[in-house]
Amino acid sequence: MKKFQCNICGFIYDEAVGDPEHGVKAGTRWEDIPENWACPECGVDKADFEMVEI
Amino acid sequence: MGNPVVIVGSGLAGYAVARELRKINSEIPITMLSADHGGFYSKPMLSNALSFGKTPASILNSDAVQMASQLKISIRPHCRVTAIDQSESAVTLVDGEKIFYDQLVLALGADQVRLPLQGNGVAKILTVNDLDDYQNFREALIGKKRISIIGAGLIGCEFANDLAASGYQVDVIDISAQPLGRLLPPAGGAFIQQKLEAAGVAFHLNATTQTVDQVEDQLRLTFASGESIDADLVLSSVGLRLRTQLAEAAGIQVNRGIVVNRLLQTRFANIYALGDCAEIESKVLPFVMPITHAARALAATLAGNPTSVHYPAMPVMVKTPACPTVVSPPDFSVQGEWHVEVDTDGVKALYRDETGNLLGYALLGAATKEKNNLTTQLPAVLI
Repeated sequence: MKKFQCNICGFIYDEAVGDPEHGVKAGTRWEDIPENWACPECGVDKADFEMVEI
Repeated sequence: MGNPVVIVGSGLAGYAVARELRKINSEIPITMLSADHGGFYSKPMLSNALSFGKTPASILNSDAVQMASQLKISIRPHCRVTAIDQSESAVTLVDGEKIFYDQLVLALGADQVRLPLQGNGVAKILTVNDLDDYQNFREALIGKKRISIIGAGLIGCEFANDLAASGYQVDVIDISAQPLGRLLPPAGGAFIQQKLEAAGVAFHLNATTQTVDQVEDQLRLTFASGESIDADLVLSSVGLRLRTQLAEAAGIQVNRGIVVNRLLQTRFANIYALGDCAEIESKVLPFVMPITHAARALAATLAGNPTSVHYPAMPVMVKTPACPTVVSPPDFSVQGEWHVEVDTDGVKALYRDETGNLLGYALLGAATKEKNNLTTQLPAVLI
């Protein structure tokens, strides 16, 4: 499971945790998140995230 | 015609506009003018970088050269704008050079307020408002132990948590009776204070700092009460002053911020403003989420499709891991009152009008779990 960090606000998407409040189940891999998903904290697109270390 | 969209400012707001405009239009020339290095980084990360193990170098996401190539824009670093001449659609740089624009975007940001303090140590007080400041701050921290922070707002509390978690001894001083006084009702302030104290932060509340003096190799802060504390380093975070001077001198209407309409447009049709420097319908919202929304609307407008900005409810996360906190500040001009539930695990404060409609909230500790559910009940900030 990897983690990804929002370039803009620092929010961390943890694949193990997912984003269940926005329809992304725990364990969802980054590449499987729909392209229309946005950072739950600052609203930027998926494309504006960077990968951080596992 | 044929002159670029000129963006003054390379912070989150300036880059958000450039990025959003490029997503929908690959042709319009864009020139970004930056007073500093012009690189892209996440400013919100500065206040929790220490405990994340991030260095100033690792916070910098991409430098100006990389960003220019990635976004296919022209970036002019270390390039300060001294005047806007709207009659000839040009900005003047500090060396006298003129840059002509078709459309001008002011993404100027804000400065940290400097308190008018007395004493021979005042010049040593640091503020952190950008990555260069943060680099200075990190260098100044080397070999230091005891840090005083003047101001217990969002930035003060975040830095306090970050420094305490990294082993520093932290004192926070504020004139009000509680931390985060503008965002939290008293019970919320008391809760985060207690959590930060448990993390090692000492608070000095109802305390007005009057003088900062150099005493040997330390700085001594003396309060109006006569009490004093010593510190190796003093950080000031007492609020923001919006950068409005450039606009005001050009005849653009300025109130607290640069006054713009729903199109982010000033009284001059081809001059726009967004981010910390802008004021829309009396609202100044120096947070990230409004920038994201404003930048999308403005990009569409700049590309020829005039688009009003809409703000949904925009909760603000306070980055204090010792006390998870999320706030959706109510519009206090609407009559209402706080309904507060406190237990040992958290605080749930709901601001409701007299008919019971939820207008805002402050959630701390375990209550932050209710964030998403409550956010759906909030009114939009700008419909």
